[in-house]
Amino acid sequence: MKWDISKLDEWKTDDFPMGAVIPEAGNSKYYRTGGWRSQRPVLDRNVCTNCLTCWIVCPDTSIRVADERLADDWFDEDHCKGCGVCANECPVEALTMVPEGCEIPEVK
Amino acid sequence: MATLKELTHREDRFEGGHRLCAGCGASIAMRQIMLGAGTEDLVVGCATGCLEVSTSIYPYSSWDVPFIHNAFENSAATVSGVESAFKALQRAGKIPADKRVKFMAVGGDGGTYDIGLQSLSGAMERGHDMVYVCYDNGAYMNTGIQRSSATPKGAWATTAEVGAAQQGKPQKRKDLTSIIAAHGVPYAAQSSISHWKDLTTKAEKAFAVEGPAFINVLATCPRGWRTAYNMSVEIAKLGVQTGWWPLFEVENGEWTLSGPSKALTKAGRKPVEEFLKPQGRFKHLFAPENAELLAEIQSDVDEYWEYITKRCGL
Amino acid sequence: MAEHKTVATTGNIVVADAMRQCSPDVVAAYPITPQTTIVEEFAKYVAQGRVHTEYVTVESEHSAMSACIGASAAGARVMTATASQGLALMWEELFIASGMRLPIVMANANRALSAPINIHCDHSDAMGARDAGWVMLFAETAQEAYDNTIIALKVAEHPEVLLPAMSCLDGFITTHSIDRVDLLDDETVAQFVGSYDPVNPLLDTDNPVMHGAFAGLGGPYFEFKKAQRLAIDRSKAVVERVGAAYSEISGRPFGLIETDFMDDAEVAIVVIGSSAGNARHVAKEMRSQGVKAGVVKVRCFRPFPNPELAEALKGVKAAAVLDRAESFGAEGGPLFIETRSALYDLEERIPIVNYIYGLGGSDVRLELMRQVYGDLSDIASGSAAPSGLTYLGAR
Repeated sequence: MKWDISKLDEWKTDDFPMGAVIPEAGNSKYYRTGGWRSQRPVLDRNVCTNCLTCWIVCPDTSIRVADERLADDWFDEDHCKGCGVCANECPVEALTMVPEGCEIPEVK
Repeated sequence: MATLKELTHREDRFEGGHRLCAGCGASIAMRQIMLGAGTEDLVVGCATGCLEVSTSIYPYSSWDVPFIHNAFENSAATVSGVESAFKALQRAGKIPADKRVKFMAVGGDGGTYDIGLQSLSGAMERGHDMVYVCYDNGAYMNTGIQRSSATPKGAWATTAEVGAAQQGKPQKRKDLTSIIAAHGVPYAAQSSISHWKDLTTKAEKAFAVEGPAFINVLATCPRGWRTAYNMSVEIAKLGVQTGWWPLFEVENGEWTLSGPSKALTKAGRKPVEEFLKPQGRFKHLFAPENAELLAEIQSDVDEYWEYITKRCGL
Repeated sequence: MAEHKTVATTGNIVVADAMRQCSPDVVAAYPITPQTTIVEEFAKYVAQGRVHTEYVTVESEHSAMSACIGASAAGARVMTATASQGLALMWEELFIASGMRLPIVMANANRALSAPINIHCDHSDAMGARDAGWVMLFAETAQEAYDNTIIALKVAEHPEVLLPAMSCLDGFITTHSIDRVDLLDDETVAQFVGSYDPVNPLLDTDNPVMHGAFAGLGGPYFEFKKAQRLAIDRSKAVVERVGAAYSEISGRPFGLIETDFMDDAEVAIVVIGSSAGNARHVAKEMRSQGVKAGVVKVRCFRPFPNPELAEALKGVKAAAVLDRAESFGAEGGPLFIETRSALYDLEERIPIVNYIYGLGGSDVRLELMRQVYGDLSDIASGSAAPSGLTYLGAR
């Protein structure tokens, strides 16, 4: 995180960058939307062919790829909203949506 | 034309952590377009609307590129200003002559078909080197599903209600892609979030153009269409497969029907009912007293399909 | 004093020339009477290759300011011009430009707002934008229009300010009349305005930023507006300093307000723009008749020079504020309301009255000024009560 916004609620007028500019592009990656979901995708690696369809349709950039395959840590639990588009589009039904019982502290 | 594997080597510059709804078609559209755009420097301007509002809630930005939001009707004009600044600064030697930057203006159907039409038309006419992307979800969704000129005939919207005196929106959809093609831009295309290959390829082509390019993308809104939020890609696919949303491109005046739509000329289109039935916003159309309206909608689709396929030389 | 050349030409031509000398990177503009000759003259410079400017012939004024905002956020020096309905059309964009802290400079050819449609001079357009957070300078003459445009740019781009600025000149009267103007040479102007050092430019792609974020939903919108207030308050001293520096170079005075015969004035007219000349002419006449008449011209309207105005009017027995714009529903026109507010804390109250004049280009005849001074003398001598608001010369 380039721009430290952890104490933003205490900032005074002068502490804010001029003109409401956000100086760190893409910093929403530090904002957790994972708490939104009530279901999460579960992957069966034995069935998965790494076609990458799930990756290209995910609205929340929550499927990680590495070396042209789903990464070991493929699931971004901080951002997945549990929409289920991935599971719906998977051509081999390697993804199943299951009820959420997640580890994110804010939700617990 | 990149494969999915090739696309994985490009940086995903549309970040998670945005506040768009689960299953939002606009975010799917943006991810695919930005991946299709490649890895060159890109500056994005976005009109007020779901996409802008949900990806720019202070202090968070979901765009890993320089980004500007100005107002609702003027993303095209705003980005034409950014592009002009680039040309001027490069001419003045303040930006290196070999630096290449791409420019994209984005708007929903609200900010593009209606309030933004003038600004878009002007930018296309002036020939700026930029790509305009419309994520068409068929209504002013961000303000709560009011009708736009892109709303389908017969669709429910909060300002095109369903009741004894009216069955949703009376008017047909405006054919914006043809309007922009008529501007004589080097590239205009219609695509959908349901066909990643079509969309990423068209994005690549649009960004490769030197001059104005336009892509109109069918982008499901689960909220406004009253569909299950896991169906966003599936329902858009039905939009394509019924011929309700033909995929085509116009390159330097040459009209071509794209693969997935071209296949339908042989295999036949699914009846438009298959696209309408899963959407709650069309449920009134299936009441027996609306049989005529439903038939009308099918004949509108047939008519538009005739028109597009003919223009594409088929 | 710098090298200069003296020309006989119109206000619009010299404003265009000032713009050229400021070397804007982008000019996005749309024609509207009586600004049109500014953009036409600038278009000639573009075609002649005399400027490196990217000249964007947008399809409306709203798109003009939109493109200016995009260009300025991108990191370019941006200038434009408009008038009346055009200014009104870009109204939301004016607030956006100042909220985004973009130092765009715009010449405004003051023209009446419809309805009824009217192409002639009054200040309703500029006054309608007075809350938009722009620095606003008003010119009496083509000379001042030229000078103000250059000064406005340096003020706008000043790191303590970074707000857009408007250089206003009276439609047709100043924009189209031929007047004598002393121009500075290109090198002097270039040195004076310097180069623009943008903050957080979009085109610095190595440091990508977001402009125009959503600070609603309980976001710090209030704090950003406070920062804007602080900036425009700071701009007053900057206007004075830049104006003084410009005076050094040009040999011409610059003040937030400019006064004539005010040292011992008993009756005074407060006025903006070209009619200051009429008031001054008649004040001289009054003086020759033994009337202690004075004139206060407001040259910098935003930020408003409250203490300076109060100081200038202190001791006056009666004052008239001439407004070439209305503020319907308010006690008087915009200049009147602000002047009255400026005088509020004075120990001794000054009777002050308001004349709405010259709307829609209505002719500002000298006899109207004589009428005002006559009324003021009556008020000052106690033989008449202050009349509130008068439509000067309307049938």
